[in-house]
Amino acid sequence: MRRGVAGKALRRALAAVFAAIAPFAAEAEPKARSAREFLSLELAAEQADETLNRGMLWVELGERLWKDGSVPSGRSCASCHGQPGGMRGVATRYPAINRETGALVNIEGRINGCRVQHQSLPALAYESEELLALTALVAHQSKGMIMSVAVDGAARGFLEQGRAVYESRQGQLNIACSQCHEQNVGRKLRGDVISSGLGVGYPAYRLTWQGLGSLHRRLKACQQGVRAAEFEPGSTEHLSLELFLAWRARGIPIETPGIRR
Amino acid sequence: MRLRRIVMPEIARAGEVIEIRTVILHPMITGHTAAGAGVSGRRIVHTFHVHYDGAEVFRAELGPGIAANPLLTFTTVATRTGDVVFTWMDDTGETAVETRLLTVAPA
Ligand code: HEC
Ligand code: HEC
Repeated sequence: MRRGVAGKALRRALAAVFAAIAPFAAEAEPKARSAREFLSLELAAEQADETLNRGMLWVELGERLWKDGSVPSGRSCASCHGQPGGMRGVATRYPAINRETGALVNIEGRINGCRVQHQSLPALAYESEELLALTALVAHQSKGMIMSVAVDGAARGFLEQGRAVYESRQGQLNIACSQCHEQNVGRKLRGDVISSGLGVGYPAYRLTWQGLGSLHRRLKACQQGVRAAEFEPGSTEHLSLELFLAWRARGIPIETPGIRR
Repeated sequence: MRLRRIVMPEIARAGEVIEIRTVILHPMITGHTAAGAGVSGRRIVHTFHVHYDGAEVFRAELGPGIAANPLLTFTTVATRTGDVVFTWMDDTGETAVETRLLTVAPA
């Protein structure tokens, strides 16, 4: 008899606990999966081994540019920032709002900001080898650290803009990013396995490109895939998408330079 | 100067098989044009050879089917202390040479 009462009380208590947990359980998204998890054995080995990883050649090039003081102002990146290691953790926070201008900037934009404001040099072209090399150098310092972009304040609007693009059907094929990168993760598409579509490996060495390329170049390729009007690298549309992808990647480690097919 | 990378041990025991990895940043332009037949402006690394202690220990003849930034890995046997000299040659006559000293300890 007493056992019955105790059992009932226990069931009630458990039911209350489950009721409290349920809303969170329903909200918890499945963990996002990086493209690294779907690489062939050879490519995974190349990415994991920094002595083999061809993306590291651009990181090396970035190190040379970082120290290069032969600019008109005489100020190298190193003269203000010291060793590249000082950039550790920076990539986990980007894209971010520039407090002076209110604009959303990614690492590429931040580097070009320093070129123009602090070095009296023209901005580097978006997909240039120099900008890729410096971006790879900066992002590589955060390898293994987890993404954690701020999405409050002025960033909120950009995040929602990015989310809207991500969830809207586009192009002649009329497919949204989310239809591939959320609903079909782990499934094959032509020669690829679809990942969660994160930016954590970029700039990445892609065999198709036979070189290093930016995240925005990859996004253009996805837009091309569904025959949509492509956004320009560095555009606000791409930056908002980048912020949304970075927010989706919260808790996922940076891999730069990733190796991709 | 083209960036290149060589990964190999600095010290080995006599008789030991060592692995050597090499990469060179090179576009490997095939010269095939979208327009069709004919090749013009081909620029690839056509030959890569490695000498160790004066003797050739590895040689590769590369064709236009090889992707950009060729990554070549091979093994050789450590015999005695000496220079390992790596040479890449491309279609324009450009030659890149790197040298690494391999110190060999008695087995
Ligand atoms: C004359 C000094 C100066 C030079 C030269 C300079 N920077 Fe900066 N850089 C700054 C300052 C100051 C900031 C911080 C600006 C701010 O937070 O508003 C900054 C910020 C940055 C950031 C963002 C760091 C963060 O924590 O968010 C990056 C990345 C960066 N610089 C890269 C570079 C690179 C790459 C170069 C060389 C191409 C370079 N900088 C050259 C002064 C300089
Ligand atoms: C038809 C399916 C499809 C659509 C739609 C699509 N992608 Fe992709 N995407 C792919 C495939 C396939 C790859 C390569 C394999 C992978 O990493 O997922 C890829 C790769 C990516 C990557 C690189 C992942 C990595 O680590 O290398 C990102 C980022 C990405 N997509 C974002 C997007 C965004 C943003 C959109 C919407 C503008 C989009 N994709 C639309 C199929 C798609």
